Amino acid sequence: MPAIADEERPGDEVRVVEVDIPSDVRLIERVVELVRRECQELDYAQRQIMLNVPVALTEALSNAILRGNHDDPAKHVHVRAEVDHVRLVVEVADEGEGFDLDASLIDPTTPGNVDREDGRGLFLMRKLMDRVERIEAAHGSVVRMTLRRE
Amino acid sequence: MSFSIKKDGEVVVVDVEGQLIVGNRQELKQKVLDELERGERKFLIDFSQTGYIDSSGLGVLVSLSKKIREQGGELRLANLNDDLKTLFELTKLDTLFQIADTRERALQSF
Repeated sequence: MPAIADEERPGDEVRVVEVDIPSDVRLIERVVELVRRECQELDYAQRQIMLNVPVALTEALSNAILRGNHDDPAKHVHVRAEVDHVRLVVEVADEGEGFDLDASLIDPTTPGNVDREDGRGLFLMRKLMDRVERIEAAHGSVVRMTLRRE
Repeated sequence: MSFSIKKDGEVVVVDVEGQLIVGNRQELKQKVLDELERGERKFLIDFSQTGYIDSSGLGVLVSLSKKIREQGGELRLANLNDDLKTLFELTKLDTLFQIADTRERALQSF
């Protein structure tokens, strides 16, 4: 079983979800639900709860498991989300070498790309979050996504 | 999350219950391809019970659309909620698929 810690700090209204999972795409939905629940508790817009957060976070986790960790169950993905009344900041860390976010700027909506089966993951993360960035880490790769509450 | 398949006349109707994401997309793909292999040619995927779809779920829909078309078949989608419509509009996939507001309208469109 993955170790899951759910820490709440009601004094400053910041809710923290911290999860460590083995590389298994079947665990993605459970992690998404933990983060989504905190956004719901803090009255984020329904669209953010039903679309922006789950889809963008699923993409980030999927990238970390399949690309970062190459689907190796011995490698883990660490997720830390901080949610307050202003914004959600979620970091997804894997044990891989990461990838250049800026080098992955395929536009899947162009006529030549719209019938491609892949290439929409990063596009959706960028469209659905206010900010997507890769941050420096001693080991592995960390992607941070920020969404302002509506 | 699960997929249920039933026939309505000549149309194979697939209900997507829960999410269509990286963890279960292959199951949907295989179920539809099995029906295509059996000779079915008209497919309707109904999203009235669907939560969210990620990029790999969208990719499977694109793949199935191509494979069905290659076999001379047709695919329709129905009952996208507002958030799913937004997802299809963001990715311009609303231009690639025939999408009906209701299952009945989708069935009539074949």
